Formats: sequence, structure tokens, C-alpha cells
Amino acid sequence: MSGVTSIHLVGNALLVSIQDDVTDTEIVDLQDSLSHRIAEESVRGVVLDISALEIVDTFVGRVIAQLAGISRLLDAETYVVGMRPAVAVTLVELGMYLPETRTALSLTHALSQLRRG
Amino acid sequence: MPQSATATVLNILESHFSLIVEEWLGTQVREGVKRSDLFSDAESRAQNAELLKSFAKGVRNAAVDSDFNLEDAAWEDLRAVLADVTKERVNRGVTPTEMATFVLALKTPLFARLEAMREDDPAALIREVLLVTRLVDAFAIYTNEVFIAEREQIIERQREEMLELSTPVVELWDRVLTLPLIGTLDSARAQEVMENLLQTILERQAEVVIVDITGVGTVDTQVAQHLLRAAAAVRLMGAECIISGISPMIAQTMVQLGIDVGTVSTRSSIRTALADALKTVGYSIQKHREA
Amino acid sequence: MAETGQSDDTTLLMRVPLKGNRDVVAARQAVAREMKARGASSLRVTRFATAVSEIARNAIVHGGGGEMSVSIDRRKEYLVVECRDTGRGIEDVERALTDGFTTGGGMGKGLGGARRLSHDFRIVTAPGAGTLVRMSTRL
Repeated sequence: MSGVTSIHLVGNALLVSIQDDVTDTEIVDLQDSLSHRIAEESVRGVVLDISALEIVDTFVGRVIAQLAGISRLLDAETYVVGMRPAVAVTLVELGMYLPETRTALSLTHALSQLRRG
Repeated sequence: MPQSATATVLNILESHFSLIVEEWLGTQVREGVKRSDLFSDAESRAQNAELLKSFAKGVRNAAVDSDFNLEDAAWEDLRAVLADVTKERVNRGVTPTEMATFVLALKTPLFARLEAMREDDPAALIREVLLVTRLVDAFAIYTNEVFIAEREQIIERQREEMLELSTPVVELWDRVLTLPLIGTLDSARAQEVMENLLQTILERQAEVVIVDITGVGTVDTQVAQHLLRAAAAVRLMGAECIISGISPMIAQTMVQLGIDVGTVSTRSSIRTALADALKTVGYSIQKHREA
Repeated sequence: MAETGQSDDTTLLMRVPLKGNRDVVAARQAVAREMKARGASSLRVTRFATAVSEIARNAIVHGGGGEMSVSIDRRKEYLVVECRDTGRGIEDVERALTDGFTTGGGMGKGLGGARRLSHDFRIVTAPGAGTLVRMSTRL
């Protein structure tokens, strides 16, 4: 998968950095791989680093939102970190508020929020 | 064989270059468009000289008959110089009329010479006068276009500066930002304000943003939508948003309009919003002395 | 239907085929590159490239594939993108532009959102005649 870097286990969380040339297929595959790894590793959290993404459209946004729901069902919380200001402005204009997805300023913030539960 | 009109004009430009620069300057002074208050003699002379030089180059290399087109590559230098001189003059406060007259004044010294040279050949004189007219008029029109474009850019720049001044993002405390909104929010302004706010959150790693609407006159559905979008965008970045300064009137309007703030925190005053924000970032306020 | 990119007052910069799922990325990145090369702000780039992504995907997923053309206007102030597909067309455009409408199981925000993110946005479509979306942005 060229669009997605490998998934790292950091403490009790999975860290994924998404690259900006990720295709629709790759991101759906990612959702699938992550779901399995959440269960396999019994992690409590997933941190999705989207700082490399200049463009997040409704498709990617939807996959992210679904991932949040899936992970929650598997007892893990998903955090999106590194969203670029332009991306945040665009997503809200598209009407995608991702209400069920947690967000954090950085990996550090996400991990400390995870610790607090 | 009589000289072509082009050759005559070229001859004049090349043989009497410095004199024409001076006479052009003289005409500009007489017409009141030199603007000595803005440009020194040396500067104006240099501008004329640059223009005349590229004018001559253009006449030498380009088509000046019925195929004349200032957009041709051969006129590139002249266009560039015209644009530079125009922008320089716009930026110092010259008016459009002054700019056009500045350029058109070139006709005077050229006509004077043509008249002197062609006493015996009215037909040739007319051809040459027409040629000069066509060219110089085109230059004046071009500077007008550049002028308008430059003015629009200046206005746009000023508008942006004004926006920045009127919607500053202030760091109230470590990791606490506040954005006091004043006046009305239109879509374009809302977008820019939002992006600036989010960029500041990123740079300061702010955890809480207090958007204060005390200074916003009326909150209608559109304004409320902008506010809720801003709060949603702040949350997407990983920070928390508190909307403060909701007056009783605004509260009534919002309820009557059916505006649902959902999960966005709201406070009636900055004071309570600040107390909340400080608590979120781990501080508490303690009184240690009676007033 | 008229070929994309032909117009008296625009210059064609490039054409991008819209066939497979990689082309959605190719299309939006091509537009982002052209905008950046012409000095557009990052906000403008993200907004418009996102809109293009929505439309390009629609053409591929719902329209059976097609082509995108990128052009620039004479004054070099606007970037114009046209996406054409040869699919079954959109029956009720107004309804399709309303957020929430979808035929493909998506969230249905793509088309309306793309319009909001563009400066000018036009759809030419008819049942059985494919769809042409012409969208532009200030640079």
C-alpha cells in the first residue's frame, strides 16, 4: 500500500499516518486492516494522523467516521490528529462535522486523553 | 522613394532621444500631470527615458501598421515598462486621468517634429501623425488597464489588513485563545477569520478557544451557522470552543429561530468562559486578598 | 455533447482521464498543483481540489468513467475544470444538489458541497446523455 504507512503499535494504541496520495481503495483497505488489528492487539485506541492530507473529501471523511464507530464497538477510541486548518474549514463547509470522532491537537494529546479514558 | 511612416518615427526617436524625453517632461509639467510632489525630476525623467527606449525598440521590431497589436511579443518590453511605471505612480497616489495624460503627452513633441519635417508633404504628415496617434493611444489604454488592476489589488490588500485588525486572535492565557467578533459576519470574512483562527490554534497548540460575540449586533440564522461551523472546525482541529457573550436578546432570538447549538459550549460572559477555559488547561483562580 | 475544455476565453492546460480509482487522486492532485503553481492560497487550493475530488469520483463511480480538463481563463484569474462522463445522467439535478440526496449509498453531500466550494458551478446533464460539470475557482 503506497498511500498508507505501516501501522505502529504505541503503548496501547495503534498509530497510522495517512499519506496524501491515498486512493479510495487503499483507505477502505486501511479501515479493514485496522479493524482486525484492533481486535488482534486488544488496543484501547487508534490515532489517525492526517497531517499529510491536503484534501479530505466526503468519501475519506465518511471512512474516518465509520472507523470511529467500528473501533468503539471493539472497545477502542479513534482520535484524528493533525488536521490542517484548510481541511477543517472545508470539511465543515461540506457539512461533515464528524461528531462521533474524537480529535486531538497532537499524538501526545491523543495519548494523554486515552490514558485519562 | 519616400520614407515609410514607421521609419520616420523611428528616426525621430533615435536621433532626438534626449530632447524628446525633455520635451515630453515639459508637456507633462504644462498639463499638470508630472506630480513633482510625488516624483522628483530625476525619477520622472528616468521613467520617460525607459518608456521611450522600449517604445523605440517596439517600433523597430513590431508591426505598426494595421496589424499593430500591443499584445504581440515584440511589445513585451514596452508593456513591462508601462506596467512598472503605472504601478509605481498608482502606488504613490497618481489619478487615472493624470496617468493617461502623462502617456498621451508624448504626442506633443513627436507631432511638433513631424510637422517641422513634413512641411512639404501633407500626405506623409497625416500618415505619420496617424501612426503616432494609434501607438500612443494604445499605450494610454494599456496603462489604464494596468491602473485599474493595480487599484483593485491595493483595495484587496487594504481590505485584508482591515480584516486582520478587526478580528485579531488574542492569546489570553497559555493555550487559551480568544476571538472577539465585532460587527457583522459575511461568508467571505467568516472563512478567512476561521482559517486564521485555526492556524493560530495550530501554532500556539491552543486547547481552548473563546469566541466572544458581545460585539456582534444581531444573530440571525446565517450568523449562527457561521458560529457553529467555526466551533465545529475548532473541534476538528482538536481544541475546544466556547461561545461567550450571549445576551438575553440573542438567546431569545436563537431559541425562536430554532437554532440548536448541539454540543457547543456557550456562556453568557467572557468571565465565566475564561474560568472554564482555565480549568480545562489545568489552572484555578484563587483570591488571596480582600479588595 | 461538446468536448471538454473548448472555449473562446480559456486556454486548455491538461486533460486527465477518469477511469479507475487512482484517477480521483490524480485529478485532485493535478488541480492542486496547477493552483499552487499560480500562487493560490492553501485555503483556496484545499477547497477547490476537494470539490474536484467529489466530482471526479462521481464521474468514475456513477458515470462509468470519462475525462477531466483543466483550463485557465484569459486573464489568468480563474482555473476552470470540466468533468465529463458518459453515464446515465442525473435525472433531478436540483434534488441531487441538495445535501443528503444519494443514489449510491453515500452520504450524499458531494455534489452540493462541491458547488459551495466552487466559484462558478454548472451541470449539464440528461437521462441517458451523460453528465458535464463545469466548475471554476479564483486563483
